[in-house]
Amino acid sequence: MIEAVGLTKRYGDKTAVYNLSFQVRPGSVTGFLGPNGSGKSTTMRMILGLDNPSAGQVTIGGYSYRKLPNAPRQVGALLDAKAVHGGRHARNHLLCLAQLSGIPARRVDEVLGVVGLQDVAKKRSKGFSLGMGQRLGIAAALLGDPQVLLFDEPVNGLDPEGILWVRNLMKSLAAEGRTVFVSSHLMSEMAVTADHLIVIGRGQLLADMSVRDFISHNSADFARVRTPGTDPAQREKLTAALTEAGGQVLPEQDGALRVTGLPLPRISDLAHDADVRLWELSPHQASLEEAYMRMTQGAVDYRSTTDQRAGLQQQLPPGAVPPQMPVPGQGQPGWYAPPPPQQGGQPFAMPQGQPPAGPYGAPGVPGAGEPNPYAQPAQPAPAQSAPAQPAPVQPSAAPAQPSAAPDLTKPEDAR
Amino acid sequence: MAATQVLRSEWTKIRSVASTLWTLSLAAVVTVVLGVLISLLSKNEFDKMSAKDRLSFDPTYISFAGMSLGQLAMIVFGVLVVSNEYSTGMIRTSLSAVPQRGTFLFSKMAVATGLAFLVGLVTSFVAFFLGQAMLGSHKAAIGDPGVLRAVIGGGLYMTLIAVFSMGVATMLRSPMLSLGILMPFFFLISAILGNVSATKKIGQFLPDQAGSKIMQVVTPIDDDVPYGPWGGLGIMVLWVVVAVIGGYVLLKRRDA
Repeated sequence: MIEAVGLTKRYGDKTAVYNLSFQVRPGSVTGFLGPNGSGKSTTMRMILGLDNPSAGQVTIGGYSYRKLPNAPRQVGALLDAKAVHGGRHARNHLLCLAQLSGIPARRVDEVLGVVGLQDVAKKRSKGFSLGMGQRLGIAAALLGDPQVLLFDEPVNGLDPEGILWVRNLMKSLAAEGRTVFVSSHLMSEMAVTADHLIVIGRGQLLADMSVRDFISHNSADFARVRTPGTDPAQREKLTAALTEAGGQVLPEQDGALRVTGLPLPRISDLAHDADVRLWELSPHQASLEEAYMRMTQGAVDYRSTTDQRAGLQQQLPPGAVPPQMPVPGQGQPGWYAPPPPQQGGQPFAMPQGQPPAGPYGAPGVPGAGEPNPYAQPAQPAPAQSAPAQPAPVQPSAAPAQPSAAPDLTKPEDAR
Repeated sequence: MAATQVLRSEWTKIRSVASTLWTLSLAAVVTVVLGVLISLLSKNEFDKMSAKDRLSFDPTYISFAGMSLGQLAMIVFGVLVVSNEYSTGMIRTSLSAVPQRGTFLFSKMAVATGLAFLVGLVTSFVAFFLGQAMLGSHKAAIGDPGVLRAVIGGGLYMTLIAVFSMGVATMLRSPMLSLGILMPFFFLISAILGNVSATKKIGQFLPDQAGSKIMQVVTPIDDDVPYGPWGGLGIMVLWVVVAVIGGYVLLKRRDA
């Protein structure tokens, strides 16, 4: 059991963690979520007695870490997978950690097997991939067979098989009655791994609840209702009926209605009673990721901006040929060009072939909004698709978008 | 936390990195080879020396001439032993396994010091015997008064240099910073201060100048150094103690 009370950490005048109080209970996986720089790792370090809190305290089983008797046999931690001397063999790395806590060398070989590194035990960890480093770090955490386990971003750099393995490992460790505290910034990962969530942002507690509660509290279930678009009066009528029955109705941009507070059958009944036809009645649940994003929205420290490329884009004299990125296959006719339609069409260009006017058109056509350098090699295509050419193609004089669009619609025309 | 466990772990750490082997063997080889060369040169030059120089000719000290360069490798050893933990981030793993930071630091230092002493002592004896073999008729014997003290002192000197570096590296944490300060300190500043008459009085209290007094058997004629061989070593030990305590206090207080 880990217990933090009023935990605060300041570095100079920056407060990394402020007044954090929570409990991590045994027997379940507790997820520790927060955006980058929200204080997760700082909290982890304070739990392990590496950093001294500026105020408050954190204890494990009632002891502060530095006073914990035989700490490495009680607590295992993965803080940083790269925190390994690169010149040391994986086995020696674990051996020196094992010897610190009086763990026999036999146990080192056991955990190497558990994490699947037995074949590289005598390799220097310098050559390890990020995923192998994570496995080595997890092995180190498991060495002392501890009752309390802390993992800081354990799935970083792991392949899908590794992620699944970590997920199951956490769950089985918790099922054995251990305290498992896992930090992550991936809500989706925590949703399937953790039983309980602690969410922080800017070093402050945002939520401390079970995953199930988190979902029902934060994901607003709603129904999307669509009335015939040709008849606004019907929509008004239904809105009135639904509001009267106690539902909240929010109009959406495309004319649909977002209804909360009423079960789907009830909406259907009300529409029937009001004599309104429905084109759509669908249940929706905001994903956990959305809920998490909404919760931490105000607490994100590092937000990306649009890349303006100011000063990087060369001003081209009018009529000049835009610089072409060297693309493999350029100058080799037919390299990138789609196969002729009569030979069974294009398997991969199909989704892009939708006319841009459709609802999925805008994101689907990469060449529509901005010059797409990859569309350039499609130049040789005109020769092949010439019979069905709907618009004149200007292969080199114009930016890619005119040459890409007609080229991609070609299968449509051929069909 | 039994200290023996930490000692055994630190021994595993120190023997499982290549830098230990490289720095220590470099320290030994440089000290011995340079000592042999300078001894050989001194023998050939002896006849051209002035009477005063001949009187203060110290064959033992000459065979340790390589130590001025060999100690630099010892500094690197001392710095790397400690700063490896910081540069790799291993320190957090180590300190979460040994929350008692004093036990951790002193066990680490004890293992590294023991190893440095072993290498330093062997180096010192080899440098002495090979150096004397080169000096021919001017050589000193191990049984001469003060010679055995000087040879063992040579080993102690190298050890203390390593421990001093460990203390400094614990304070500074970064290997680049530690080496960037220690290397010029021992290679340049000490030599400059010692050779300029105005600052000579200060220079002779620097750790390397005071400590190397232990390796002298014949005192130079116009020697005005206010301490003897053991006094000099004592001054060096004081420096080392200050560096180690400084490192310990900072490690204890600081966030890892």
